[in-house]
Amino acid sequence: MDQLLQHLLNGLLLGATYSLLGIGLTLVFGLMNVVNFAHGEFYTLGAYAAFAALALASVHFFLAIPLAIVAGAGAGAICERLLLRPLRGQSIDTVMLVMIGVWIAMQNAELLGWGGVARSVPTPFPTQPLVLGPVSVAPLRVFVFVVSAGLILGAHLLLARTKLGRAMRATFQDRETAALMGVSIERIHTITFAFGAGLAAAAGALLGPVFLLYPSMGDLASLKAFSVVILGGLGNFAGAALGGLVLGVAEELGAGYVSSGYRDAVGFLMIVAVLLLRPSGIFARAERVG
Amino acid sequence: MILEARDLTVRFGGVAALAGVSFQVAPGTVTSLIGPNGAGKTTAFNVITGFQRPTQGTVRHDGQVITGWRPHRIAARGLVRTFQKTSVFAGLTVRENVLTGLHLQGRVGVAAALLARARVRAEERRLAEEADRVIEFVGLGGRRDELAGGLSYGEQRLLELAVALAARPRLLLLDEPASGMTASEKATVAGLIARIRDGGVTVFLVEHDMRLVMGISDRVLVLNYGRLIADGDPATVQRDPEVVRAYLGSGAHAHA
Amino acid sequence: MRRLAFVIGLAVAVTAPLWVWNPYHLHTLIMAGIFAVLALSLNLLLGYTGQLSLGHAAFFGIGAYATALLSVKGGCSPWIGLLAAIVLPGVAGWVIGRLALKLRGAYFVLLTISFAGCVSLVSVNWMDLTNGPLGLPGVPALEIALPGLPALPLRSKTAFYYVVLLAVMLAYLLCLALIRSRVGRALVALRENETLAASVGIDGTHYLVLAAVISAAMAGFGGGLYAHYTRFVSPEVFLFTYTVTMVIMVVAGGKGTLAGPVVGAVLFTVLPEALRAATSWQWQMLLYGILLVAVLFFLPEGIVPALRRLRPEPHRRASPA
Repeated sequence: MDQLLQHLLNGLLLGATYSLLGIGLTLVFGLMNVVNFAHGEFYTLGAYAAFAALALASVHFFLAIPLAIVAGAGAGAICERLLLRPLRGQSIDTVMLVMIGVWIAMQNAELLGWGGVARSVPTPFPTQPLVLGPVSVAPLRVFVFVVSAGLILGAHLLLARTKLGRAMRATFQDRETAALMGVSIERIHTITFAFGAGLAAAAGALLGPVFLLYPSMGDLASLKAFSVVILGGLGNFAGAALGGLVLGVAEELGAGYVSSGYRDAVGFLMIVAVLLLRPSGIFARAERVG
Repeated sequence: MILEARDLTVRFGGVAALAGVSFQVAPGTVTSLIGPNGAGKTTAFNVITGFQRPTQGTVRHDGQVITGWRPHRIAARGLVRTFQKTSVFAGLTVRENVLTGLHLQGRVGVAAALLARARVRAEERRLAEEADRVIEFVGLGGRRDELAGGLSYGEQRLLELAVALAARPRLLLLDEPASGMTASEKATVAGLIARIRDGGVTVFLVEHDMRLVMGISDRVLVLNYGRLIADGDPATVQRDPEVVRAYLGSGAHAHA
Repeated sequence: MRRLAFVIGLAVAVTAPLWVWNPYHLHTLIMAGIFAVLALSLNLLLGYTGQLSLGHAAFFGIGAYATALLSVKGGCSPWIGLLAAIVLPGVAGWVIGRLALKLRGAYFVLLTISFAGCVSLVSVNWMDLTNGPLGLPGVPALEIALPGLPALPLRSKTAFYYVVLLAVMLAYLLCLALIRSRVGRALVALRENETLAASVGIDGTHYLVLAAVISAAMAGFGGGLYAHYTRFVSPEVFLFTYTVTMVIMVVAGGKGTLAGPVVGAVLFTVLPEALRAATSWQWQMLLYGILLVAVLFFLPEGIVPALRRLRPEPHRRASPA
């Protein structure tokens, strides 16, 4: 029983970051209809940006994460401006292939810049796990969870309560009317994409210290993000938030009770299962499909 | 009865696009389905041809229940439809479009394609002749090698009709075949529909142009807000007070 | 003009071992040939049926492992192994096609990626079967065994070059035969407008499964050839770089044409080798990524169709060949 609790706790802690990853993608895939296969690369960018700040510039640990977010959002904005805006109106397949190109380019740029050797990120947290009754947890993971949860809450507030958030929601519900009401559609698209990229970068900066940094870390992150998005339903913020937790727990249970080598297969299997059984997502309201 | 719909109901959320619609279509006739915009006409077509599942109700073709069958299976039974929004294979030529429509008239599968080239050649020849016949019938003979995407709007709609005819329908469902056409183009379409009917094909069409509808239909069905409000010959339906109210009330008008 | 280019190309290809002195260059051509088979297979799915498979390396890898396992651990003749390299991935393709059902576009891509990911994990973790990351060395060479004569192993580069050339021609002819028939038209109809296709009786799922099976079997065949050429198979065959390379060959070469993938395969095998002296494979991949984006922006149909447009045909033809 204790082991189960431990797995559940680990899963939830990890899952919050998956939620962060997923929310960023669900906004871009669900609302902008962009199949962003480069999502994982913004995750990687965030991780390496944080690493660079910490290891090279000796920036304070708690500043590294906002820096990573800015780096990710900035890269996202550039990407949207240069590549996605000119392609607006093209088929979704063309955009998908372009993002695959970006994925390949970004990953190999990371490889060239940082080399293939895995790096670890120094953190100010003690490695001694906190013991809370039957379960124990590393302080770093608690921190990661708290920040992830905070960012998710912040994102929700931004979308639900601010003028910008309203403009974003309006644009994606009814573009023409939003434009007539004075919303700059172009700006909203750039901001949304940057927002998604920034969240991915945050997830990277947070998970970097937990695992190791290596240039292809984004591949699995992309996949898991898609897994979360499909689980929660395209464009569904709450669904992605919940989906991330579900994935985290499922992974931990899979790794704990089946085999740790196949840990990442959980994300894959989840994608397959959801796609086959309920393509609109487990948390999506029953919609007309087809 | 070649087509029988019983109690067709389609609900999304709280809205009923179709509510308990029942009707029959007699073979060899031209039946029209009319009604104000949003009345559920295209939904009815979608349900009959398998592109949508009804929440309730059945569709029978020649006595066989076909409700919920997948579209290609329904097409194989001879029920072929066109679409409200112009639907052609834009990147292919007119001839290639019609050849694709002739899919069910061919037999060649992977094995034959790879191992029996003589059979493939013979079939391609036969299909090419058939395609030319259909293209001539709709009057696109001179545009055979043009890309479908480069045709004029009216020509594309004729191509759509050709593709549907190529599938050898026994029941042809046309979704607004004359919409957006000039008067002379409409006359062409009306003539084609008459000739199709004379060739033994039952025609079921959705249309807004009253003159066209009343001119060629043997029977008219009227939908309003998902309900069938009239079912009879053109003259009777035209005088039906509820039909008049449905059209005047919603501000719909005959397209010229 | 097209015919002339084709004949010249064929002549060059057939006589290559005679004037390509450097065995490393011949190796490059062999790899180009294997990739041509892979690119043609991906093109069947991407170019003609209009669905992108980002897990195609999985079929390639399954083929390689199938033949390696059968000939190394099972003691079978390499030709039996090659047969398995065609059949097993074909079955996998069938599974994908059936699983996909109504999934199209991005969802289909995700399905293929997930499948490939799972297969890759199995190859690394199922040590008893696949030897894990250590791989399977000692894969025998193909050999010609005619009754009454001693077996002739095809170990030399020249011999294998002709095997691969034959394979490319077979693959090309197979695709050509399919495309120039009712089957090919159905596939293209799926790509262009699946709803319209269904309304005239074309079963989308059936043809998607068909395309997936043939595409996978062909890719597996390429994998089998690869195994008997390099004589060593490891989980590296599932590397995403192989899939990426295939995609770039098809998209840049010209999806939806048959010459496109072949041209793309030759271009993107020969070019990197030429650059290899100056650059590492990471630069290569980086350039591929940039190139993919550039091609999609400026030359979306690919190189071969763009070249063809330079010389307009007598009457406008849309049919690809």
